Amino acid sequence: MNHLKDNYFTRMGDGEGIWMSKTQITEEVLAGIEDAVNKGKAQPMSGGDVDYLIEILTMPEKNVSVERGCEGITTFDAGTLKMAVRSGLPIDSTTALLIHERALCSDTMELCNTDYSYKQLKNIVYEEAMAMERAQMNCIMPIFYGAMPNMGLYTKPDGPVDNWSELLPQGKVLEAMDAQEKAAELCTNDMVYIGSVLAESGACGIQFDTAGASGDADLLAALQASKILSEKYPDLSITMGMANEFTLGMHGKLKFEGERLAGQYPAKQVKTVAAAGVHSYGPVVNTNSSKSFAWNLARSLTHVQEATRVASIPVLPNVGMGVGGIPLTTTSPTDCSTRASKAMLEIGKADGL
Amino acid sequence: MAIMHEMAAGMGGIRTAGDMVARMVMKGMKIHAAKEYVAGKLGCSVFDLSDSAKMKEIRESLDIGTVVLRPRASSGMAAKIKIAELLDIKIPSVELFKKKIGISL
Repeated sequence: MNHLKDNYFTRMGDGEGIWMSKTQITEEVLAGIEDAVNKGKAQPMSGGDVDYLIEILTMPEKNVSVERGCEGITTFDAGTLKMAVRSGLPIDSTTALLIHERALCSDTMELCNTDYSYKQLKNIVYEEAMAMERAQMNCIMPIFYGAMPNMGLYTKPDGPVDNWSELLPQGKVLEAMDAQEKAAELCTNDMVYIGSVLAESGACGIQFDTAGASGDADLLAALQASKILSEKYPDLSITMGMANEFTLGMHGKLKFEGERLAGQYPAKQVKTVAAAGVHSYGPVVNTNSSKSFAWNLARSLTHVQEATRVASIPVLPNVGMGVGGIPLTTTSPTDCSTRASKAMLEIGKADGL
Repeated sequence: MAIMHEMAAGMGGIRTAGDMVARMVMKGMKIHAAKEYVAGKLGCSVFDLSDSAKMKEIRESLDIGTVVLRPRASSGMAAKIKIAELLDIKIPSVELFKKKIGISL
């Protein structure tokens, strides 16, 4: 047993298996925390939490789980893509929902389309609404509808607005800012339209996933859509998952409820999201594939712990491929994913995943 | 990976009380408050909520849907109508269904 010789199996951020001593793992953990403290201005984890994280990282079991009573709820981004599309199972998406409910016992599930972008759903929204209605007749667990704001799709040649990524290198800063503001307005309108159709078809919730992928204007669009939908449909649950551990300032000056969006880390993002009427928030902390799993998980946990400390709404961290400490590989090692689960709930004090 | 997270840290869906706790979290309740709320409505302890054997008995007695289908037992919409009443919440699809069939349950 290698762990008895102060040699523990762990991984790099790309999933490669490595062996480390407890001292090395401790150094990685402390360095990961320091990165989050320096960049995200998060409070460092307490000594007890650091010790417990090292204990989780050095547990000899292949897979671990939370202590009884510490369970949280599970949600999904790209929900019905995972079985019917990515795994190639020849089943309808509403069948995938029932498999998740009856065989895998998921707490919630998400109906979605292959082109996971709100703009692209406009032409097929009523087909998606019919699928939602049928799913709601058969399912007991809550069903979200989800997609990304994906505001970049509004740029030429696919959309009507000039491309700020082309304008900015040309020094056309004001034109780039103007283009983002126009795109955000169009994006908001589409999300409100599609969210309304799905809400009126009985969706339990709407997910705005990977919000902020095109920068602060992308996040602004999702926040504005959330605010409108939460007021229009008081019983509709809205959840928002982020694109990044900090909001990219592609525009730089956009504000929501008086707060500048660019540069916000999870502890500020969660307050902004709550102000938009969102019911639950999913922080994203990106994995650095050239750093160790210990470094990545410690860094993610520090950001998440800071968010849960100040959050007024449930925090459901993203722990998928390449986020939340999970290695950047399509076949995520279960030794890492279960350790991330346990640490996020027990140390990060998350409400679920 | 999703299944590993569910096994390692999830509530257990309709195998336990995961779907109902999720409904309260989706309304903005933090996890501990959501568990206490659901346990109070079910008349069990918070500890029982993730016990699949205990919850099977409770779900069967309340007829709110179980993993294994049984004859004459509620499933799908029928189970959700009862869950909405039990938790004292509005479930959008239940409201839509009631409107469609023109009754007030």
